[in-house]
Amino acid sequence: MQFEFLEHTADVKFKCYGKTLAEVFENVVRALSHHMNRGEAVKTTKTKELKVEGTDHQNLLYNFIDEVLYLLDAENFLVAEATVTIEGNKLKATIKGDDSKVYDNLDHIKAATYAEMYVKETSEGWEARAVVDV
Amino acid sequence: MKKLKENVWEIPKDKDMHVPGIIFASDKLMEQIAGDDKTIGQVRNVAQLKGIKKQSIAMSDCHCGYGFPIGGVAGFDTKEGIISPGGVGYDINCGVRLLATTIPKEALMGKREELINELNKAVPSGVGRGGEFVLTPEDMQDVLNKGSHWAKQKGYATDADLDKTEDTGIIQGADAQDVSDKAKKRGRNQLGTLGSGNHFIEIQEVETVYDENVANVFGLTKGQLCIMIHTGSRGTGHQTCSDYIHKMEDKYGWEHLPDRELTCAPIKSELGTQYRKAMAGAANFAFANRQIITHQIRNVLKENFPEADVKVVYDIAHNIAKFEKHVVDGKEVELCVHRKGATRSFGPGRKEIPADYRDVGCPIFIPGSMGTYSYVLVGTKEAEEISLASTAHGAGRVMSRSQAKREITPEHVKQELAAHGVAIKAGSVKGMVEEAPEAYKDVNEVVRVSDELGIGKMVVRLKPIAVVKG
Repeated sequence: MQFEFLEHTADVKFKCYGKTLAEVFENVVRALSHHMNRGEAVKTTKTKELKVEGTDHQNLLYNFIDEVLYLLDAENFLVAEATVTIEGNKLKATIKGDDSKVYDNLDHIKAATYAEMYVKETSEGWEARAVVDV
Repeated sequence: MKKLKENVWEIPKDKDMHVPGIIFASDKLMEQIAGDDKTIGQVRNVAQLKGIKKQSIAMSDCHCGYGFPIGGVAGFDTKEGIISPGGVGYDINCGVRLLATTIPKEALMGKREELINELNKAVPSGVGRGGEFVLTPEDMQDVLNKGSHWAKQKGYATDADLDKTEDTGIIQGADAQDVSDKAKKRGRNQLGTLGSGNHFIEIQEVETVYDENVANVFGLTKGQLCIMIHTGSRGTGHQTCSDYIHKMEDKYGWEHLPDRELTCAPIKSELGTQYRKAMAGAANFAFANRQIITHQIRNVLKENFPEADVKVVYDIAHNIAKFEKHVVDGKEVELCVHRKGATRSFGPGRKEIPADYRDVGCPIFIPGSMGTYSYVLVGTKEAEEISLASTAHGAGRVMSRSQAKREITPEHVKQELAAHGVAIKAGSVKGMVEEAPEAYKDVNEVVRVSDELGIGKMVVRLKPIAVVKG
């Protein structure tokens, strides 16, 4: 499984999985895309390069989500998928997506949050959980 | 937790808390609040923050938030206390504006479907595509510094609009320089847009008048048609909150706090001051946003009902930190009151209330969930005494969005709305189901608690006729 959405009274909570930390972050992009386009696929007509730094894994995840949200609001770029590499707390991503203006009725995510967030290594790989404010 | 009396619950002060916690709720609402174990813990966590006075308070519509509960109110000593972006929330100055119209109901009903389509076009959700305004950097700076006063300079607001907006639509002391470029870029094409989630425009009818005198002062009469707008500061506010959470955790750390989302800075510190100026800027963006939306709505109404007059009743924030005078231990002090999903309730006489309303108290708007009643209340002296001049802000969710989508069908929502005489224009069917009335607490109960406690008295009840959802 790449990601799953969990119960949260007011907002949107999801978990992402991966064999590596980088794969978890790739699946975070898939989860955000899934939410924003209300479960429908997003085309990959455009590419963006991103560099994000963090003070720890949680902060890195927060900042990464923040950048994805910025792309939609400021550049009308709706994400679909990503290729991620991570060294320490520095991340590089090639993000594929589409012009958001051709999509009707997107669901907005206001912000990343630290609520219930974790990024951890498990017996099967890596796992992260996040709640985003919608 | 201890029930002190009807509608009042106390979380007794423990060794980590500076003050006790108080939750205002009926037995029925408390059952729902306690159903999510995190909410009560969050009230307790807020009581551990430095400089908190009186109590850590949660209103009857409270539910789990980030760090602070939604529905949370906390006042901090402005000399020794902290200011916390999480205590204001990601949607800085999310709030409600009510417009009163002179449109006769029969005239509106004849054009209801066209009208909501036109309103939906004129005031888009703007998600991923923005709205009709694309601000230059200079205009963006002016919006952040001047709020609705910018709108007036550009011809989108009247003096009367500003008089009937909280703080006249400008929080003084804003500084666009303290709002990041990222936050500016996220909002520059979003002025005049609703966003998604629970944001809406609703056409409503004054169905019941509880207090003739106050309703009269607010310019509301039985049968009158009104328009309610619920939205906030869009991407600019969201980014400003994130930016300052990071700046504050870098400078002051978070390991000493019970929750990372409670990251904060001393109010008097340089960073605390910068956040205060940036928050004011984002709040001004929200005031300007609701003002531009008012302008867009007026354009649609003018086309359809040339004779109609559309007045602003009031515009009030429910996600904000305000610097206010309160009485603590018999002495008047200045507090920085964080309201995270709570509405200010000032009683008669406060200088912050518009002159026309000052003799009765400040208007308070409590929207219900989609398609259910909304209420206009009036602020009270009791609220100043027992709830840091605050009351509830809405119905509050009880069901997750995913559960709503699993258990409720779009047909059911449409049928229910139709059975109650409500037309809807929703951008997304899924979004409509997520906001189904069943997913929310009963707003009537939330308002009843406020009225019984006297922390916000009922003035009129508004019944929806048509909903435009973001």
